[in-house]
Amino acid sequence: MSHYLLIDHIDKKFTRGSHETEVLKDVTLGIEQGEYVSIIGHSGCGKTTLLNIVAGLTPVSRGGVILENREVNEPGPDRAVVFQNHSLLPWLTVYGNVKLAVDKVFSASKSRAERHAWTMHNLDLVQMGHAKDKRPAEISGGMKQRVGLARALAMQPKVLLLDEPFGALDALTRAHLQDSVMAIHEKLGNTVLMITHDVDEAVLLSDRIVMMTNGPAACIGEVLDVSLARPRKRLTLAGDAEYLKCRKRVLEFLYERHRFVEAA
Amino acid sequence: MHGLIRIKASKMNMSVRETKTAEPLASASAKILALAPRRANFTTRVFARAGAIAMRLVPPVVVIALVLLLWEFLCRKSGATLPPPSRVVKDTWELIVDPFFDRGGIDKGLFWHLSASLQRVAFGYALASVAGVALGTLVGQSVWAMRGLDPIFQVLRTVPPLAWLPLSLAAFRDGQPSAIFVIFITAIWPIIINTAVGIRNIPQDYRNVAAVLRLNHFEFFVKIMVPAAAPYIFTGLRIGIGLSWLAIVAAEMLTGGVGIGFFIWDAWNSSHISEIILALVYVGLIGFMLDRMVAAIANIVTRGTAAN
Repeated sequence: MSHYLLIDHIDKKFTRGSHETEVLKDVTLGIEQGEYVSIIGHSGCGKTTLLNIVAGLTPVSRGGVILENREVNEPGPDRAVVFQNHSLLPWLTVYGNVKLAVDKVFSASKSRAERHAWTMHNLDLVQMGHAKDKRPAEISGGMKQRVGLARALAMQPKVLLLDEPFGALDALTRAHLQDSVMAIHEKLGNTVLMITHDVDEAVLLSDRIVMMTNGPAACIGEVLDVSLARPRKRLTLAGDAEYLKCRKRVLEFLYERHRFVEAA
Repeated sequence: MHGLIRIKASKMNMSVRETKTAEPLASASAKILALAPRRANFTTRVFARAGAIAMRLVPPVVVIALVLLLWEFLCRKSGATLPPPSRVVKDTWELIVDPFFDRGGIDKGLFWHLSASLQRVAFGYALASVAGVALGTLVGQSVWAMRGLDPIFQVLRTVPPLAWLPLSLAAFRDGQPSAIFVIFITAIWPIIINTAVGIRNIPQDYRNVAAVLRLNHFEFFVKIMVPAAAPYIFTGLRIGIGLSWLAIVAAEMLTGGVGIGFFIWDAWNSSHISEIILALVYVGLIGFMLDRMVAAIANIVTRGTAAN
């Protein structure tokens, strides 16, 4: 059985001096092309570490990541990341931030005019074409995340990695952006791996929800298939039996079986 | 810096005032709203701006006048060792009105002395900027280089500028390159140290972005490192220009030749105290302008980075 993206028996230990912390223990997860998978768990359980491993930003202690039957162990534009705190370069405009990625990734394959058009296409996709000449400091948090998303999409990644992309946003902006991400996923059929700590978000967006146990030595506790038809509408889903069932399952996992134990 | 903030603040005040006076018009007609406030408030705006300028100019003028009065009062008495301001102006009137005369040797107008000093500073400071940013980048980027070089920098930077002069005279056997070397060695430390801090403080996020994009070393340097560290680099450059100007006067006193430092020393030797005071005023003003110049360049270059 070969998966599009396979996270294969990963262990991750951090060593500081003689002190060793085991963060992830034997994590295995296969993701199919076009699938939207969320990873949910309490803070400190190693979700972001797992995402960084897939991105190639953090080396593994054991195991490996296989994308389209090839091992990947360093960062690259085929696994574009939308960072939690947008990570836009403040000295570049909105356009410049996306263009930097486009110029680098398509330096050989697209002409100058095509790269410009592709940059604008992706900005329009996230509805940020109107603000192309603004600098990150001049736009709101939600808009920054949209630009971060445009930058990642513009790389035409095989897997889109979202690291709590809506975490720092207010509820209304978050909902708006979630709808945008759903629409884009619908349209482009990206393979997405998203980190989140929001149960509603996970159920609304995902095809599968991967629930992680608490660290140290966190592993996958349970995987839940969300068999809700797409396109999904948050208002109709609010009373949907399947939606509520999924939501309850995740809540039970997080708050009953793997309650977050505050470190004393 | 404070000055700039104040300008911004006063501009903001003005715009607030404008919108307030525009409110009654909005209820009269929505169509003329866009243009009407401007015309209607033209005189108000002129007055407001003049008022804002006056508010900024009056306090320093008053304080300077008071200081001059006090100085005049203290040095007017017989037995005073320093001349009062009125005497300074009278004694140096020739130098003030004609800064461009050139009677050969070191008997030149103040313009020539100042420009000779500025040239030395420009030379030494330019060298220090290039070398300082390069070394700072190396120290900021490589842990090995940091551990090796940092102790040396920390010791050398405490050596007073003038202590380098005898050594550089011995090495170069000429006043001109020695003075330039003193400027170089004075200005370089803050530039190195600030650049290194700036490079070390580049957020991991930017490095991650560069990693995902697979930027090569050169692209990373140009597109991420330099802009990200620019505010720090310019802090170093600004401290550096101030220190260069401090050091040049002292260095020239010892090396001689045309230059504002030697002009001061020469005036002291011929007991022209008024000329010393005039020279100090010029030194101060030019030092101030140099600082503002680097600050202005920094403002333009780092306009995006600073406001994150």
